[in-house]
Amino acid sequence: MKKSALALGLVVGALVGTPALHEASAQESVYVPLFTYRTGPFAGSGIPIADGMRDYLEMLNQRDGGIGGVKIVIEECETGYDTKKGVECYEAVKDKKPVLTNPYSTGITLQLIPRASVDKIPMLSMAYGLSASADGTVFPWIFNPPATYWDGASVMVTYMAQQLGGFDKLKGKKLGLIHLDAPFGKEPIPLLENLAKEYGFELKLYPIAAADMQNQSGTWLAIRRDRPDFIYNQGFGAMNPTAVKEAIRNNYPVGKMVGVWWAGGDDDARGGGAEAKGYKALSFNQTGVDYPVMQDIIKHVFDKKLSKVENRNRIGEALYNRGVYNSMLIAEAIRTAQRITGKKVVDGADVRRGLEGLDITEARLKELGMEGFAAPVRVTCADHNGHNKAFVAEWDGGKYVKASDWIEPIKNKVRPLIEAAAKEYASSNTGWPKRSEACDKPS
Amino acid sequence: MFYREAGQFKTSYAADMAIFPILQDRIGLAVILAIAFIAIPLFGSNFLIQTVMIPFLVFALAAIGLNILTGYTGLISLGSGAFMGVGAYACYKLTTIFPGVNIIVWILASGFFAAAIGVVFGLPSLRIKGFYLTVATLAAQFFLQWSFVRIPWLYNYNASGAIEVPQRLLAGIPVTGANATPVTRYLVLLSIVILLTWIASNLVHGRIGRSWMAVRDMDIAAELMGIRLLPAKLLSFAVSSFYCGVAGACMMFLWYGGGEANDAFNINQSFTILFMVIIGGLGSIIGSYFGAAFISILPTALKFGLPAMGIALSGPVAEHLNYIILGVLILFFLIVEPHGLARLWQVGKQKLRVWPFPY
Repeated sequence: MKKSALALGLVVGALVGTPALHEASAQESVYVPLFTYRTGPFAGSGIPIADGMRDYLEMLNQRDGGIGGVKIVIEECETGYDTKKGVECYEAVKDKKPVLTNPYSTGITLQLIPRASVDKIPMLSMAYGLSASADGTVFPWIFNPPATYWDGASVMVTYMAQQLGGFDKLKGKKLGLIHLDAPFGKEPIPLLENLAKEYGFELKLYPIAAADMQNQSGTWLAIRRDRPDFIYNQGFGAMNPTAVKEAIRNNYPVGKMVGVWWAGGDDDARGGGAEAKGYKALSFNQTGVDYPVMQDIIKHVFDKKLSKVENRNRIGEALYNRGVYNSMLIAEAIRTAQRITGKKVVDGADVRRGLEGLDITEARLKELGMEGFAAPVRVTCADHNGHNKAFVAEWDGGKYVKASDWIEPIKNKVRPLIEAAAKEYASSNTGWPKRSEACDKPS
Repeated sequence: MFYREAGQFKTSYAADMAIFPILQDRIGLAVILAIAFIAIPLFGSNFLIQTVMIPFLVFALAAIGLNILTGYTGLISLGSGAFMGVGAYACYKLTTIFPGVNIIVWILASGFFAAAIGVVFGLPSLRIKGFYLTVATLAAQFFLQWSFVRIPWLYNYNASGAIEVPQRLLAGIPVTGANATPVTRYLVLLSIVILLTWIASNLVHGRIGRSWMAVRDMDIAAELMGIRLLPAKLLSFAVSSFYCGVAGACMMFLWYGGGEANDAFNINQSFTILFMVIIGGLGSIIGSYFGAAFISILPTALKFGLPAMGIALSGPVAEHLNYIILGVLILFFLIVEPHGLARLWQVGKQKLRVWPFPY
């Protein structure tokens, strides 16, 4: 017994001090932890996202000396896309006064939503997490711009209508939804059912169990039989390249298959080889390096060997650029918070206000060197998402190119769903706090 | 030397049969309880409590549960993750249907639901043994996990598909939900775990435990000696699932604070608990604690402890190192002591007893 007591004592001793040891060292800094997954089964998509997020913030440090003269302290915490490890990360960074968290996993997001308001740390779950958290009146501390999965599904239906020549042509058509048989994958179903009723198309569901991500032959037999006119793929990880490969094997036209933005990684399409050409995915950021912001990243970060990217060609991939976009939102939120409060060193509560005041216009995008890279984003007190535009990107064999205009989500269909879901969340969680945070006047 | 029991005379049968016959053990136990109940809540950081102690206790409870089935009765199960899930979902349904009832009551009651499901999946154990039974319990794992995702009634039709743990009070203090402090949750969890450990210890040392061990060692012989196999095996399944169920409810309500089945109660969870039992020591309660500590605390200690000691590691490197070190240690322990850490501890105790004059 003594030995185990001693061992326990040692562990206690080692861990009691942990968070205190690395406090943010410089006075004039904001601490931005990035939860990333460079290991584990989903590392393939996690690495480019992590690199993009990191490199943009590093570029701001190198080029401008941070944000508004305040250095950004960037710290990555490895989650391996595992909820348990993600929550550990949160506990480890919580006491170091992060200005916001960035969980990068729906599972971790769900865990942290109730804690955000208690710990006064806002959370940015960029186009993932809980769709209902777009309702700022119920979730004052959670933000999920630029679009929810419901927006994505409505963009898909609009795109389908555009391809067929109008919403009236949707009648009698078939839309297949291949989805991961988990909450993330099932999320678009209520909206699509709604739209199917409205426009008279038929919705076919093809669930893929999490254990069968790489074994979809049975599903594709059904798809072969049903021959849907379009397929929307709400998939993740190994499920996406498998779906692309199966589409090719089953002679399904790849060009009729559109993935959600997380099914739009370069590796998802690359796995299908030359025949994957034409595969499509929704996106809200452009690929490539032909933007001033990307050139700055190469100049200030990659060339100085400060990036973790080894191969220069990986800069500009769809998911890398999405990481850049994510960090741009973080940086702009901090900048807005500085402007609203007049403080240089902002804290979590200030950045929450910054996120609510986020208004990235075309002009601002141009200043950021992102003209044409992304669509304007506007978040308000009540609307923590903005339901901003997305477009359809097409795989041309080597990279994704923009294959449609910026498409507006069907907001009047999405918003009621969100408000109903948010209300239900609040009512089923007894003790859910009423919003007490005041709204800033839009500037 | 350290364990010399010279002068400790046993004057009654009860003293002779005590679980901790040696005074030093009893003092050690008291010290550990004092550390757990007083020192850690007072001096431990939230980080220590939330990411080290709470997971450790939850896993220890689940490991005790599986140990009853696998270690004491000799029936290998790969369904413990799913049985934990049954507990968690049962507790969620119960507390949302009857919000007025004390949450501790529901956490403990949810074990009975897991026990009932465990008995159903334990029925084949009379006819099939060994690897075949393992496969049958694997079916439980897959079927239950499928139900958790596919039956929306279980998660109250939440759009997120996950359990969202509501706030519940105990004597005016929140014990679940985001407003519950880690210390409160830890103390509640610790009390539950200690209570259930005490019950488990009494079970396995008594008539029921002996009948389980007889079944484990040779079921035909046990039958000839008058032990009815079906009740003995089913009881083992029920008790084991009860413990797993309570552990699952504790995991969702006192640790995670919400989550979904694919994430928390998947097959990996079942394997993790089986590893804890094997590494900790089959057929040993304290071994369950050792195993849980080894598998659940070590990775956290490596990930956050090494950087704190000044060994800077980037996240991914630490993660890979974790796998390597853990793998090597598992192999090492299995080769050096196939009977698990509990046996190692026993050997160590014996050595300490005769030190410095080994014979």
